[in-house]
Amino acid sequence: MDNLIPVLVAAPLAGAVVLLLGGRRLDAIGHWLGVLASTASFAVGLVLFFSMLGRPVASRPVLEHLYTWVSVGGFQAQVGFQLDQLSMTFVLLITGVGSLIHVYSVGYMAHDERRRRFFGYLNLFLAAMLLLVLADNYLLLYVGWEGVGLASYLLIGFWQHKPSAATAAKKAFLVNRVGDMGLSIAIMLMFSTFGSFAFGPVFGAASTASKATLTGIALMLLLAACGKSAQVPLQSWLGDAMEGPTPVSALIHAATMVTAGVYLITRSSAIFNLAPTAQLATVCVGTVTLLFGAIVGCAKDDIKKALAGSTMSQIGYMVMAAGLGPIGYVFAIMHLVTHGFFKAGLFLGAGSVMHGMNDEVDMRKYGGLRKYMPLTFATFGLGYLAIIGFPGLSGFFSKDKIIEAAFAHGGTEGWILGGAALVGAAVTAFYMTRVMLMTFFGQKRWVPDAEGNDPHPHESPAIMGIPMVVLALGSVFAGGLFAWNSSFVNWLAPVTGHQEGNSPLTATTVSGITMAVIVLGVLVAWLMYGRQPVPAAPPVGSLLTRAARRDLLQDDFNHVVLVGGGEHLTGFLVYLDAKGFDGVVNGIAAAVGGTSGRVRKLQNGYVRSYALSMLGGALVLVATTLLMRSVS
Amino acid sequence: MNPVNYLYLAALLFTIGATGVLVRRNAIVLFMCVELMLNASNLALVTFSRLHGNLDGQIIAFFTMVVAAAEVVVGLAIIVSVFRTRHSASVDDTNLMKL
Repeated sequence: MDNLIPVLVAAPLAGAVVLLLGGRRLDAIGHWLGVLASTASFAVGLVLFFSMLGRPVASRPVLEHLYTWVSVGGFQAQVGFQLDQLSMTFVLLITGVGSLIHVYSVGYMAHDERRRRFFGYLNLFLAAMLLLVLADNYLLLYVGWEGVGLASYLLIGFWQHKPSAATAAKKAFLVNRVGDMGLSIAIMLMFSTFGSFAFGPVFGAASTASKATLTGIALMLLLAACGKSAQVPLQSWLGDAMEGPTPVSALIHAATMVTAGVYLITRSSAIFNLAPTAQLATVCVGTVTLLFGAIVGCAKDDIKKALAGSTMSQIGYMVMAAGLGPIGYVFAIMHLVTHGFFKAGLFLGAGSVMHGMNDEVDMRKYGGLRKYMPLTFATFGLGYLAIIGFPGLSGFFSKDKIIEAAFAHGGTEGWILGGAALVGAAVTAFYMTRVMLMTFFGQKRWVPDAEGNDPHPHESPAIMGIPMVVLALGSVFAGGLFAWNSSFVNWLAPVTGHQEGNSPLTATTVSGITMAVIVLGVLVAWLMYGRQPVPAAPPVGSLLTRAARRDLLQDDFNHVVLVGGGEHLTGFLVYLDAKGFDGVVNGIAAAVGGTSGRVRKLQNGYVRSYALSMLGGALVLVATTLLMRSVS
Repeated sequence: MNPVNYLYLAALLFTIGATGVLVRRNAIVLFMCVELMLNASNLALVTFSRLHGNLDGQIIAFFTMVVAAAEVVVGLAIIVSVFRTRHSASVDDTNLMKL
């Protein structure tokens, strides 16, 4: 049974190869091949899942060694898979949600003449992400990591004829490279410290390494996670990544890519647990990002960018929970899975809205759509209730647990983290209600598109509707299923470790306060966007609003500090090169040339002058000889 | 007679020759001055030979004469050849190799 593990990766990879090399003759069936590849992988994942469920806890993790990749002296790189409860969770999320997005894309990309290529890229994305979560060593994980970066580049820039899409793809790739640098340094540190980069040996020997080394490795891993998971300070690519087709956004934000960072931290829990400084840094990054994303999400009028801010914020929750250590790992992954359901549902809903509105993304030009798109409204609405943490829905269980864990961190830090998480929850409720009200309620504010066609909002075809319904069901029930009898905690605890925190507040109190702030957020949003009509042109807004519309000046910051700094450095280096090094070289040449020009004048062609030189030389020789004799 | 007087004479002749080489332009006169210097040194060598009581100096003087004879042959040939082409025996006129 377990020799099925490579099939998980091989199926989508084969799909990608066939679709990308198959050429135009596959145009007619290409998209179904893509769907087949990803659902095959999902089916294998389910088989393996039930096989794993049937085994006792101790024998659930499986190692499947395939072959030796590189063998040079003491350096042994193996290709092998590790399927434990953590990988299994990710496999099901990636292939399950991924397959739904594949099905949805069949309808969404129906009119795109490059649809076959799109499905090839989607399959490549799944294959890379599965390789990432199944690898049994960091080097193989790095291969998947880079594959995800490549696939995201190809998909974000899929409409490469638009300069903005091409630029966004490049930006995502470059920002990710910064994080990748961290991962490669971490792997090198591991190899030099432990002589291996396989999970087993590294985690087993982690306690023997010095604290400084462990902190270094963990901080580098955190940098890597920041890049892939769009955490501050490497968050700037996420908003621009909305240039890709909407299913890509759903895939990046729900099932793949941004979850990779959380996976990396959770997988490396053995290292993080021994490096409290790095854990503190992780918690800080997560907290800052969850507030950062939430604030950005409040100010965006572009529906996809508002959702992107929301993703950043929710991933911030997960990173924060992962940084809390054994009291948080399980809840980070739990929120990741429930978030996968409702965020994918929300993005697919947004895609459905755009599909009906001539690809308009400005929410100020929506309004009153609930009558025209009842199914989209219902599924989007359930996703909305899940993300704000409506009692009984998925987000309620997972987010509450994270807030509890934050308080349970203890001390002043615990109060600060818990407070920030509560503020985040309130702001989440605000901006999601704002999206909901501006899109589906209120007056129609539709305007004709660039070609003068009036929008005729209509429900999307069934092939797009069914995945939305499935995801909405997941958004409703997944959280309850996970929380029921602590099933998710019991499932994951053997891998990540788990301990209950000692919260200064009882679970009921935390839930009560959370509910109160959520209601507050919803109420404020209703007062601003529900009770009064939404202006078609965005109001000037406060200083914070204007900054948030520009992503809290992240690009300006990068431009001034990084680009400007780089330009100054380059200018300085060019100056140093031109004036310094070239100056020395040219100076020596000029000195030699000038001297020889002057010395040359001695060769005046007059025999008598040469004779005089000879006489002078002879006199000097004689004088020197005499002098030496008299001295000695 | 004190042999050192010969040395004074040799020094005087050498100085005259050297001065002539430096101040005169005519190649023939220059040549004669060079001969004067060579013979002054010959005189000095012979005197040293006498003073030290061995034959080394005389032998070197013979060498000098042989070399001087050869030099005169080649040198005069060059001077004649230059005179034929440039119609001048002045050493200042032969400056074609100057930059």
